[in-house]
Amino acid sequence: MTNSLLAAFVVILRRDLTLALRTRSEIANPLLFFVIVISLFPLAVSPEPKVLQTLAPGVIWVAALLATMLSLDSIFRSDFEDGALEQMLLSPHSTSILVLAKVLAHWLVTGVPLILLSPLLGVLLNLPTEAMPALLATLALGTPVLSLVGAIGVALTVGLRRGGVLLSLLVLPLYIPVLIFASNAIATAGAGLEIRGQLYFLAALLALALTLSPFATAAALRISLR
Amino acid sequence: MWSFFHRLASPKHFYAFAGRLIPWLGWITLLLMLAGLYTGLFVAPTDYQQGESYRIIFVHVPAAWMSMFVYMVMAISGGIGLVWKMKMADIVAASAAPIGAAFTFLALVTGSLWGKPMWGTWWIWDARLTSELILLFLYLGFIALGSAIEDKRTAANACAVLALVGLVNIPIIHYSVEWWNTLHQGSTVTRFDRPAMATSMLIPLLIMFLAYKIYFFLVLFMRTRAEILDRERNTGWVKQLVTEAS
Repeated sequence: MTNSLLAAFVVILRRDLTLALRTRSEIANPLLFFVIVISLFPLAVSPEPKVLQTLAPGVIWVAALLATMLSLDSIFRSDFEDGALEQMLLSPHSTSILVLAKVLAHWLVTGVPLILLSPLLGVLLNLPTEAMPALLATLALGTPVLSLVGAIGVALTVGLRRGGVLLSLLVLPLYIPVLIFASNAIATAGAGLEIRGQLYFLAALLALALTLSPFATAAALRISLR
Repeated sequence: MWSFFHRLASPKHFYAFAGRLIPWLGWITLLLMLAGLYTGLFVAPTDYQQGESYRIIFVHVPAAWMSMFVYMVMAISGGIGLVWKMKMADIVAASAAPIGAAFTFLALVTGSLWGKPMWGTWWIWDARLTSELILLFLYLGFIALGSAIEDKRTAANACAVLALVGLVNIPIIHYSVEWWNTLHQGSTVTRFDRPAMATSMLIPLLIMFLAYKIYFFLVLFMRTRAEILDRERNTGWVKQLVTEAS
Protein backbone atom coordinates (compact mmCIF):
# COMPACT_ATOMS: atom_id res chain seq x y z
CA MET A 1 0.00 0.00 0.00
CA THR A 2 2.70 2.47 0.99
CA ASN A 3 4.65 1.33 -2.04
CA SER A 4 1.83 2.16 -4.38
CA LEU A 5 1.38 5.54 -2.68
CA LEU A 6 5.05 6.28 -3.27
CA ALA A 7 4.64 5.16 -6.85
CA ALA A 8 1.68 7.51 -7.29
CA PHE A 9 3.70 10.34 -5.76
CA VAL A 10 6.56 9.72 -8.19
CA VAL A 11 4.21 9.40 -11.16
CA ILE A 12 2.53 12.71 -10.44
CA LEU A 13 5.83 14.44 -9.81
CA ARG A 14 7.29 13.11 -13.06
CA ARG A 15 4.16 13.98 -15.01
CA ASP A 16 4.07 17.55 -13.74
CA LEU A 17 7.76 18.06 -14.41
CA THR A 18 7.38 16.68 -17.93
CA LEU A 19 4.42 18.94 -18.59
CA ALA A 20 6.33 21.94 -17.30
CA LEU A 21 9.38 21.14 -19.43
CA ARG A 22 7.22 20.84 -22.53
CA THR A 23 5.88 24.37 -22.03
CA ARG A 24 9.07 26.13 -21.10
CA SER A 25 7.63 29.60 -21.39
CA GLU A 26 5.59 28.91 -18.29
CA ILE A 27 8.81 28.44 -16.37
CA ALA A 28 10.53 31.36 -18.02
CA ASN A 29 7.80 33.97 -17.65
CA PRO A 30 7.73 34.28 -13.84
CA LEU A 31 11.53 34.37 -13.84
CA LEU A 32 11.54 37.09 -16.43
CA PHE A 33 9.01 38.97 -14.32
CA PHE A 34 11.28 38.55 -11.28
CA VAL A 35 14.23 40.05 -13.15
CA ILE A 36 12.25 42.91 -14.68
CA VAL A 37 10.63 43.95 -11.40
CA ILE A 38 14.00 44.02 -9.70
CA SER A 39 15.57 46.06 -12.47
CA LEU A 40 12.78 48.63 -12.14
CA PHE A 41 13.84 49.60 -8.64
CA PRO A 42 17.21 51.20 -9.47
CA LEU A 43 15.42 53.13 -12.22
CA ALA A 44 12.60 54.27 -9.97
CA VAL A 45 14.39 54.91 -6.70
CA SER A 46 18.04 55.63 -7.28
CA PRO A 47 21.06 53.93 -8.86
CA GLU A 48 23.11 54.98 -5.82
CA PRO A 49 24.92 51.81 -4.57
CA LYS A 50 24.32 52.68 -0.91
CA VAL A 51 20.57 53.06 -1.40
CA LEU A 52 20.35 49.88 -3.46
CA GLN A 53 22.22 47.97 -0.83
CA THR A 54 19.67 48.81 1.84
CA LEU A 55 16.78 48.11 -0.52
CA ALA A 56 18.15 44.86 -1.95
CA PRO A 57 16.91 42.27 0.61
CA GLY A 58 13.38 43.60 0.64
CA VAL A 59 13.18 44.19 -3.09
CA ILE A 60 14.47 40.73 -3.98
CA TRP A 61 12.05 39.09 -1.58
CA VAL A 62 9.02 41.11 -2.62
CA ALA A 63 9.81 40.34 -6.24
CA ALA A 64 10.18 36.65 -5.40
CA LEU A 65 6.80 36.74 -3.65
CA LEU A 66 5.11 38.34 -6.64
CA ALA A 67 6.80 36.00 -9.13
CA THR A 68 5.62 33.00 -7.10
CA MET A 69 2.11 34.48 -7.01
CA LEU A 70 2.06 34.66 -10.80
CA SER A 71 3.07 31.05 -11.22
CA LEU A 72 0.80 29.63 -8.51
CA ASP A 73 -2.20 29.24 -10.76
CA SER A 74 -0.41 26.61 -12.83
CA ILE A 75 -0.39 24.16 -9.91
CA PHE A 76 -4.01 23.13 -10.35
CA ARG A 77 -5.57 25.25 -13.12
CA SER A 78 -4.92 23.10 -16.20
CA ASP A 79 -5.61 19.87 -14.31
CA PHE A 80 -8.88 21.35 -13.15
CA GLU A 81 -9.85 22.29 -16.67
CA ASP A 82 -9.13 18.93 -18.26
CA GLY A 83 -10.57 16.91 -15.39
CA ALA A 84 -7.31 15.31 -14.25
CA LEU A 85 -7.80 16.86 -10.83
CA GLU A 86 -11.09 15.04 -10.38
CA GLN A 87 -9.41 11.74 -11.21
CA MET A 88 -6.76 12.55 -8.63
CA LEU A 89 -9.41 13.04 -5.96
CA LEU A 90 -11.16 9.84 -7.00
CA SER A 91 -7.98 7.77 -6.77
CA PRO A 92 -7.61 5.58 -3.68
CA HIS A 93 -4.46 7.41 -2.59
CA SER A 94 -4.37 10.11 0.04
CA THR A 95 -5.10 13.42 -1.65
CA SER A 96 -2.72 15.32 0.60
CA ILE A 97 0.23 13.22 -0.55
CA LEU A 98 -0.68 13.71 -4.19
CA VAL A 99 -1.05 17.43 -3.54
CA LEU A 100 2.39 17.40 -1.99
CA ALA A 101 3.79 15.87 -5.19
CA LYS A 102 2.20 18.62 -7.27
CA VAL A 103 3.49 21.34 -4.96
CA LEU A 104 6.96 19.82 -5.02
CA ALA A 105 6.88 19.84 -8.81
CA HIS A 106 5.79 23.48 -8.74
CA TRP A 107 8.63 24.39 -6.42
CA LEU A 108 11.20 22.54 -8.52
CA VAL A 109 10.00 24.36 -11.61
CA THR A 110 9.60 27.88 -10.19
CA GLY A 111 11.38 28.05 -6.84
CA VAL A 112 14.67 26.44 -7.75
CA PRO A 113 15.35 28.58 -10.86
CA LEU A 114 14.55 31.62 -8.73
CA ILE A 115 17.15 30.57 -6.19
CA LEU A 116 19.72 29.95 -8.90
CA LEU A 117 19.07 33.32 -10.48
CA SER A 118 19.08 35.33 -7.26
CA PRO A 119 22.85 35.83 -6.76
CA LEU A 120 22.98 37.56 -10.10
CA LEU A 121 20.24 39.95 -9.01
CA GLY A 122 21.99 40.41 -5.71
CA VAL A 123 25.01 41.62 -7.64
CA LEU A 124 22.84 43.96 -9.69
CA LEU A 125 21.47 45.48 -6.51
CA ASN A 126 24.90 45.76 -4.96
CA LEU A 127 24.18 43.29 -2.19
CA PRO A 128 27.36 42.73 -0.12
CA THR A 129 29.10 39.40 -0.71
CA GLU A 130 28.62 38.39 2.93
CA ALA A 131 24.87 38.49 2.43
CA MET A 132 24.88 36.13 -0.58
CA PRO A 133 24.81 32.87 1.42
CA ALA A 134 21.97 34.33 3.50
CA LEU A 135 20.08 35.23 0.33
CA LEU A 136 20.42 31.68 -0.97
CA ALA A 137 19.56 30.11 2.38
CA THR A 138 16.45 32.22 2.95
CA LEU A 139 15.21 31.58 -0.57
CA ALA A 140 15.88 27.84 -0.20
CA LEU A 141 13.88 27.75 3.05
CA GLY A 142 11.27 30.33 2.11
CA THR A 143 10.19 29.55 -1.46
CA PRO A 144 8.85 26.07 -0.55
CA VAL A 145 6.68 27.77 2.08
CA LEU A 146 5.39 30.15 -0.59
CA SER A 147 4.47 27.22 -2.84
CA LEU A 148 2.84 25.26 -0.01
CA VAL A 149 0.77 28.13 1.37
CA GLY A 150 -0.05 29.35 -2.11
CA ALA A 151 -1.42 25.93 -3.02
CA ILE A 152 -4.18 26.41 -0.44
CA GLY A 153 -5.18 29.66 -2.08
CA VAL A 154 -5.13 28.15 -5.56
CA ALA A 155 -7.19 25.19 -4.39
CA LEU A 156 -9.79 27.58 -3.00
CA THR A 157 -10.01 29.72 -6.13
CA VAL A 158 -9.46 27.14 -8.87
CA GLY A 159 -13.16 26.83 -9.62
CA LEU A 160 -13.59 30.57 -10.17
CA ARG A 161 -13.22 32.23 -13.53
CA ARG A 162 -11.42 35.31 -12.29
CA GLY A 163 -9.42 33.81 -9.48
CA GLY A 164 -6.15 35.64 -10.16
CA VAL A 165 -6.57 38.87 -8.23
CA LEU A 166 -8.55 37.14 -5.52
CA LEU A 167 -5.72 34.66 -5.09
CA SER A 168 -3.23 37.42 -4.32
CA LEU A 169 -5.68 38.94 -1.84
CA LEU A 170 -5.96 35.63 -0.01
CA VAL A 171 -2.36 34.55 -0.09
CA LEU A 172 -0.19 37.65 0.26
CA PRO A 173 -1.14 38.39 3.91
CA LEU A 174 -0.20 34.82 4.77
CA TYR A 175 3.25 35.36 3.23
CA ILE A 176 4.14 38.21 5.56
CA PRO A 177 6.02 36.17 8.22
CA VAL A 178 8.27 34.62 5.57
CA LEU A 179 8.94 38.04 4.09
CA ILE A 180 9.82 39.52 7.47
CA PHE A 181 12.22 36.81 8.57
CA ALA A 182 13.87 36.34 5.20
CA SER A 183 14.55 39.96 4.33
CA ASN A 184 15.65 40.64 7.87
CA ALA A 185 18.09 37.72 7.75
CA ILE A 186 19.67 39.03 4.55
CA ALA A 187 19.99 42.56 5.90
CA THR A 188 21.48 41.27 9.15
CA ALA A 189 23.95 39.06 7.31
CA GLY A 190 24.96 42.09 5.23
CA ALA A 191 25.86 43.86 8.45
CA GLY A 192 28.06 40.90 9.37
CA LEU A 193 25.87 39.60 12.19
CA GLU A 194 24.64 36.17 13.14
CA ILE A 195 21.44 35.04 11.37
CA ARG A 196 20.93 31.57 12.75
CA GLY A 197 17.81 32.67 14.66
CA GLN A 198 16.03 33.91 11.55
CA LEU A 199 16.95 30.77 9.63
CA TYR A 200 15.56 28.60 12.42
CA PHE A 201 12.33 30.56 12.27
CA LEU A 202 12.12 30.05 8.52
CA ALA A 203 12.84 26.35 8.97
CA ALA A 204 10.07 26.16 11.57
CA LEU A 205 7.67 27.87 9.17
CA LEU A 206 8.68 25.38 6.48
CA ALA A 207 8.07 22.43 8.83
CA LEU A 208 4.68 23.83 9.78
CA ALA A 209 3.65 24.50 6.18
CA LEU A 210 4.93 21.11 5.04
CA THR A 211 2.88 19.25 7.62
CA LEU A 212 -0.33 21.27 7.63
CA SER A 213 -0.86 22.85 4.23
CA PRO A 214 -1.33 19.60 2.21
CA PHE A 215 -4.35 18.78 4.38
CA ALA A 216 -5.84 22.23 3.98
CA THR A 217 -5.15 22.11 0.23
CA ALA A 218 -6.79 18.70 -0.10
CA ALA A 219 -9.85 19.89 1.83
CA ALA A 220 -10.05 23.03 -0.30
CA LEU A 221 -9.81 21.01 -3.51
CA ARG A 222 -12.66 18.79 -2.43
CA ILE A 223 -14.79 21.85 -1.75
CA SER A 224 -13.89 23.52 -5.05
CA LEU A 225 -14.66 20.41 -7.09
CA ARG A 226 -18.01 19.72 -5.55
CA MET B 1 -31.16 21.77 27.52
CA TRP B 2 -29.71 20.01 24.48
CA SER B 3 -32.95 20.14 22.57
CA PHE B 4 -32.80 23.92 22.95
CA PHE B 5 -29.44 23.99 21.18
CA HIS B 6 -30.61 21.51 18.58
CA ARG B 7 -33.57 23.68 17.78
CA LEU B 8 -31.30 26.72 17.44
CA ALA B 9 -29.47 24.91 14.65
CA SER B 10 -32.57 25.18 12.50
CA PRO B 11 -32.79 28.54 10.72
CA LYS B 12 -36.49 28.88 11.43
CA HIS B 13 -36.10 28.65 15.18
CA PHE B 14 -32.98 30.73 15.20
CA TYR B 15 -34.84 33.43 13.31
CA ALA B 16 -37.57 33.57 15.93
CA PHE B 17 -35.13 33.30 18.85
CA ALA B 18 -32.90 36.09 17.53
CA GLY B 19 -35.95 38.23 16.87
CA ARG B 20 -37.01 37.98 20.51
CA LEU B 21 -33.51 38.77 21.73
CA ILE B 22 -32.76 41.76 19.51
CA PRO B 23 -34.76 44.45 21.42
CA TRP B 24 -33.18 43.39 24.71
CA LEU B 25 -29.69 43.45 23.26
CA GLY B 26 -30.41 46.82 21.71
CA TRP B 27 -31.46 48.43 25.01
CA ILE B 28 -28.58 46.87 26.94
CA THR B 29 -26.11 48.11 24.32
CA LEU B 30 -27.54 51.61 24.50
CA LEU B 31 -27.40 51.74 28.29
CA LEU B 32 -23.90 50.31 28.51
CA MET B 33 -22.60 52.60 25.77
CA LEU B 34 -24.03 55.66 27.49
CA ALA B 35 -22.66 54.58 30.86
CA GLY B 36 -19.25 53.67 29.42
CA LEU B 37 -18.91 56.85 27.38
CA TYR B 38 -20.07 59.06 30.25
CA THR B 39 -17.71 57.54 32.80
CA GLY B 40 -14.94 57.34 30.23
CA LEU B 41 -15.20 60.85 28.88
CA PHE B 42 -16.29 62.80 31.96
CA VAL B 43 -15.68 60.83 35.16
CA ALA B 44 -12.35 59.13 34.52
CA PRO B 45 -9.37 61.28 35.54
CA THR B 46 -7.08 62.95 33.07
CA ASP B 47 -3.91 61.02 32.33
CA TYR B 48 -0.86 62.80 33.69
CA GLN B 49 1.24 61.95 30.64
CA GLN B 50 -1.19 62.07 27.77
CA GLY B 51 -3.73 64.58 28.96
CA GLU B 52 -7.21 64.25 27.55
CA SER B 53 -6.23 62.52 24.33
CA TYR B 54 -5.86 59.17 26.05
CA ARG B 55 -9.66 59.01 26.31
CA ILE B 56 -9.82 57.55 22.83
CA ILE B 57 -8.80 54.21 24.34
CA PHE B 58 -12.40 53.77 25.48
CA VAL B 59 -13.33 53.48 21.82
CA HIS B 60 -10.09 52.11 20.45
CA VAL B 61 -9.10 49.28 22.77
CA PRO B 62 -12.47 47.49 22.82
CA ALA B 63 -12.56 47.69 19.02
CA ALA B 64 -9.13 46.09 18.82
CA TRP B 65 -10.15 43.34 21.23
CA MET B 66 -13.34 42.73 19.31
CA SER B 67 -11.47 42.48 16.02
CA MET B 68 -9.66 39.41 17.37
CA PHE B 69 -12.73 37.99 19.07
CA VAL B 70 -14.89 38.22 15.96
CA TYR B 71 -12.24 36.42 13.93
CA MET B 72 -12.34 33.61 16.48
CA VAL B 73 -16.14 33.47 16.28
CA MET B 74 -15.94 33.42 12.52
CA ALA B 75 -13.28 30.72 12.30
CA ILE B 76 -14.84 28.49 14.93
CA SER B 77 -18.36 28.67 13.53
CA GLY B 78 -16.91 28.18 10.06
CA GLY B 79 -15.12 25.09 11.34
CA ILE B 80 -18.33 23.80 12.93
CA GLY B 81 -20.13 24.32 9.63
CA LEU B 82 -17.36 22.48 7.81
CA VAL B 83 -17.32 19.47 10.12
CA TRP B 84 -20.97 19.06 11.11
CA LYS B 85 -22.52 20.64 7.98
CA MET B 86 -24.63 22.94 10.10
CA LYS B 87 -26.39 25.56 8.05
CA MET B 88 -26.64 28.04 10.92
CA ALA B 89 -22.90 27.90 11.60
CA ASP B 90 -22.21 28.86 7.99
CA ILE B 91 -24.65 31.72 8.20
CA VAL B 92 -23.10 33.01 11.43
CA ALA B 93 -19.59 32.86 9.96
CA ALA B 94 -20.64 34.73 6.84
CA SER B 95 -22.53 37.36 8.82
CA ALA B 96 -19.73 37.91 11.33
CA ALA B 97 -17.07 38.74 8.74
CA PRO B 98 -18.17 42.27 7.76
CA ILE B 99 -18.75 43.16 11.43
CA GLY B 100 -15.25 41.99 12.28
CA ALA B 101 -13.83 43.97 9.38
CA ALA B 102 -15.69 47.04 10.62
CA PHE B 103 -14.28 46.64 14.15
CA THR B 104 -10.79 46.23 12.71
CA PHE B 105 -11.25 49.32 10.60
CA LEU B 106 -12.50 51.27 13.61
CA ALA B 107 -9.49 50.15 15.62
CA LEU B 108 -7.18 51.30 12.82
CA VAL B 109 -8.84 54.67 12.41
CA THR B 110 -8.97 55.44 16.11
CA GLY B 111 -5.42 54.15 16.50
CA SER B 112 -4.27 56.54 13.83
CA LEU B 113 -6.25 59.41 15.40
CA TRP B 114 -4.55 58.61 18.68
CA GLY B 115 -1.18 58.44 16.97
CA LYS B 116 -1.41 62.05 15.82
CA PRO B 117 -1.20 63.69 19.29
CA MET B 118 0.96 60.89 20.72
CA TRP B 119 3.54 60.25 18.03
CA GLY B 120 3.02 63.29 15.84
CA THR B 121 2.05 61.30 12.74
CA TRP B 122 -1.14 59.69 11.54
CA TRP B 123 0.44 56.40 10.78
CA ILE B 124 3.37 54.64 12.33
CA TRP B 125 4.52 51.11 11.62
CA ASP B 126 3.90 50.13 15.18
CA ALA B 127 3.64 46.38 15.72
CA ARG B 128 0.06 46.44 16.92
CA LEU B 129 -1.18 48.75 14.19
CA THR B 130 0.59 46.66 11.58
CA SER B 131 -0.86 43.37 12.73
CA GLU B 132 -4.27 45.02 12.92
CA LEU B 133 -3.83 46.13 9.30
CA ILE B 134 -2.93 42.59 8.26
CA LEU B 135 -5.97 41.32 10.14
CA LEU B 136 -8.07 43.71 8.06
CA PHE B 137 -6.54 42.20 4.91
CA LEU B 138 -7.45 38.72 6.15
CA TYR B 139 -11.04 39.81 6.75
CA LEU B 140 -11.25 41.41 3.32
CA GLY B 141 -9.86 38.26 1.70
CA PHE B 142 -12.47 36.21 3.53
CA ILE B 143 -15.29 38.50 2.37
CA ALA B 144 -13.95 38.61 -1.19
CA LEU B 145 -13.74 34.82 -1.39
CA GLY B 146 -17.25 34.46 0.00
CA SER B 147 -18.73 36.85 -2.53
CA ALA B 148 -16.78 35.39 -5.46
CA ILE B 149 -18.26 31.90 -5.11
CA GLU B 150 -21.86 31.72 -6.21
CA ASP B 151 -23.02 28.55 -4.50
CA LYS B 152 -23.64 29.43 -0.86
CA ARG B 153 -22.59 26.10 0.61
CA THR B 154 -19.38 25.94 -1.38
CA ALA B 155 -18.66 29.55 -0.46
CA ALA B 156 -19.21 28.85 3.23
CA ASN B 157 -16.93 25.81 3.21
CA ALA B 158 -14.19 27.50 1.22
CA CYS B 159 -14.34 30.49 3.57
CA ALA B 160 -14.18 28.18 6.57
CA VAL B 161 -10.97 26.60 5.29
CA LEU B 162 -9.53 30.05 4.71
CA ALA B 163 -10.55 31.23 8.18
CA LEU B 164 -8.99 28.18 9.82
CA VAL B 165 -5.75 28.68 7.87
CA GLY B 166 -5.84 32.28 9.01
CA LEU B 167 -6.42 31.21 12.59
CA VAL B 168 -3.19 29.20 12.53
CA ASN B 169 -1.44 32.12 10.88
CA ILE B 170 -2.62 34.99 13.06
CA PRO B 171 -0.32 34.25 16.02
CA ILE B 172 2.61 33.70 13.65
CA ILE B 173 1.92 36.96 11.85
CA HIS B 174 1.41 38.79 15.12
CA TYR B 175 4.68 37.66 16.67
CA SER B 176 6.71 38.06 13.51
CA VAL B 177 5.46 41.61 13.17
CA GLU B 178 6.26 42.32 16.80
CA TRP B 179 9.72 40.87 16.32
CA TRP B 180 10.29 42.84 13.13
CA ASN B 181 9.21 45.99 14.87
CA THR B 182 11.56 45.64 17.83
CA LEU B 183 14.43 45.12 15.42
CA HIS B 184 13.63 48.00 13.16
CA GLN B 185 12.55 50.89 15.29
CA GLY B 186 11.91 49.83 18.82
CA SER B 187 13.89 52.61 20.44
CA THR B 188 12.78 55.44 18.17
CA VAL B 189 9.12 55.01 18.97
CA THR B 190 8.28 56.93 22.08
CA ARG B 191 5.94 54.29 23.33
CA PHE B 192 4.62 55.40 26.66
CA ASP B 193 5.30 52.92 29.41
CA ARG B 194 1.92 51.78 30.48
CA PRO B 195 1.61 51.88 34.23
CA ALA B 196 -0.86 49.55 35.85
CA MET B 197 -4.11 51.15 34.82
CA ALA B 198 -5.99 53.04 37.47
CA THR B 199 -9.29 51.47 38.47
CA SER B 200 -11.15 54.64 37.57
CA MET B 201 -9.95 54.20 33.99
CA LEU B 202 -10.31 50.44 33.93
CA ILE B 203 -13.99 50.40 34.88
CA PRO B 204 -15.19 52.52 31.94
CA LEU B 205 -12.98 50.46 29.66
CA LEU B 206 -14.58 47.24 30.83
CA ILE B 207 -18.07 48.72 30.49
CA MET B 208 -17.25 49.78 26.96
CA PHE B 209 -15.87 46.34 26.23
CA LEU B 210 -19.09 44.73 27.40
CA ALA B 211 -21.10 47.23 25.37
CA TYR B 212 -19.09 46.40 22.24
CA LYS B 213 -19.54 42.71 22.80
CA ILE B 214 -23.30 42.93 23.19
CA TYR B 215 -23.45 45.32 20.27
CA PHE B 216 -21.63 42.68 18.22
CA PHE B 217 -24.23 40.05 19.05
CA LEU B 218 -27.00 42.54 18.32
CA VAL B 219 -25.67 43.27 14.84
CA LEU B 220 -24.78 39.62 14.31
CA PHE B 221 -28.35 38.55 15.06
CA MET B 222 -29.76 41.23 12.79
CA ARG B 223 -27.47 40.17 9.96
CA THR B 224 -28.13 36.46 10.47
CA ARG B 225 -31.89 37.11 10.37
CA ALA B 226 -31.54 38.91 7.06
CA GLU B 227 -29.25 36.18 5.77
CA ILE B 228 -31.68 33.46 6.85
CA LEU B 229 -34.52 35.13 4.99
CA ASP B 230 -32.35 35.41 1.91
CA ARG B 231 -31.17 31.81 1.95
CA GLU B 232 -34.46 30.26 2.94
CA ARG B 233 -36.62 32.36 0.64
CA ASN B 234 -37.99 29.28 -1.11
CA THR B 235 -39.20 27.58 2.05
CA GLY B 236 -42.79 27.62 3.20
CA TRP B 237 -42.30 29.43 6.48
CA VAL B 238 -40.49 32.39 4.94
CA LYS B 239 -43.17 32.76 2.29
CA GLN B 240 -45.83 32.65 4.96
CA LEU B 241 -43.93 35.19 7.04
CA VAL B 242 -43.62 37.58 4.13
CA THR B 243 -47.27 37.28 3.11
CA GLU B 244 -48.36 37.86 6.69
CA ALA B 245 -46.21 40.95 6.95
CA SER B 246 -47.37 42.53 3.73
